[in-house]
Amino acid sequence: LLGRLRAGDKTACAECIELHSPAVYRLALRLTRDEAEAEDVVQETFFNAFKGIDRFDGRSALSTWLYRIAHNAALMRLRKVKPEAMSIEDEALSDDGGLVPRQLFDWCCLPEQDFDTDEARAELERAIGELPERLRAVFTLRELEGLSTEETATALDLSPEAVKTRLHRARLWLRERLSTYFTELAHAHED
Amino acid sequence: MDAPDLPVDCQNLVRDLSLYLDGELSPRRRAEIEQHLATCANCHAVVDTVRKTIQLYQDLPQPKLSPAARERLYRALALNEFLPPTK
Repeated sequence: LLGRLRAGDKTACAECIELHSPAVYRLALRLTRDEAEAEDVVQETFFNAFKGIDRFDGRSALSTWLYRIAHNAALMRLRKVKPEAMSIEDEALSDDGGLVPRQLFDWCCLPEQDFDTDEARAELERAIGELPERLRAVFTLRELEGLSTEETATALDLSPEAVKTRLHRARLWLRERLSTYFTELAHAHED
Repeated sequence: MDAPDLPVDCQNLVRDLSLYLDGELSPRRRAEIEQHLATCANCHAVVDTVRKTIQLYQDLPQPKLSPAARERLYRALALNEFLPPTK
């Protein structure tokens, strides 16, 4: 595929889009939290990838390189549209950000139907939407897209150690945030 | 369990929790953590709920590019004649 992309083969471009656009869109949507913005990020990603395919050195997977372009495109948009949100994130990351667990109720064994509701899914979406972007990108690629630490590091231009630290923070942050909702739900069952 | 009250063993467990979940600890440290988990209900709850949090996100329905958005993508890239039929 790469050779054909380099040769400007348009059928190869279509194959590349079919193969990689679903994952690029999922990352773009997780980062921008806006369908129209995510769609624009996908367009920009493939436009830049096909234009700059000669710069792709093949040391990483093509998918990792596409994630990298998509991440940069999404960040540029976020900084342009919500510069204040990015600076608030910097502040949010400077506190313990959930690193010290405060909610200690074990809600993992609630009845499965409590997790399988529109309300619970909306709560999950709200929580990940509130996760600082730098943690969200790592959590999305590692946990939702199944990339390895090294692949995530390449895609986000981070060291593997930084990926591990951010993933750890993201997991604890989301756990803490969801604990409020699910603990209240568990107590409501008791009442 | 605020930071100053967190026992040292619990602080250490939280610090190593992701390495534990990802199977990246030495067998000795892993055994220490498992021993601690067997007696500490708070840490047990944290590990359980972190695992559940990850699982819940992995089980969420995956968002998909709509057929109209896919068509716009091909058009924007001047590839509309190569647009495969929607599966």
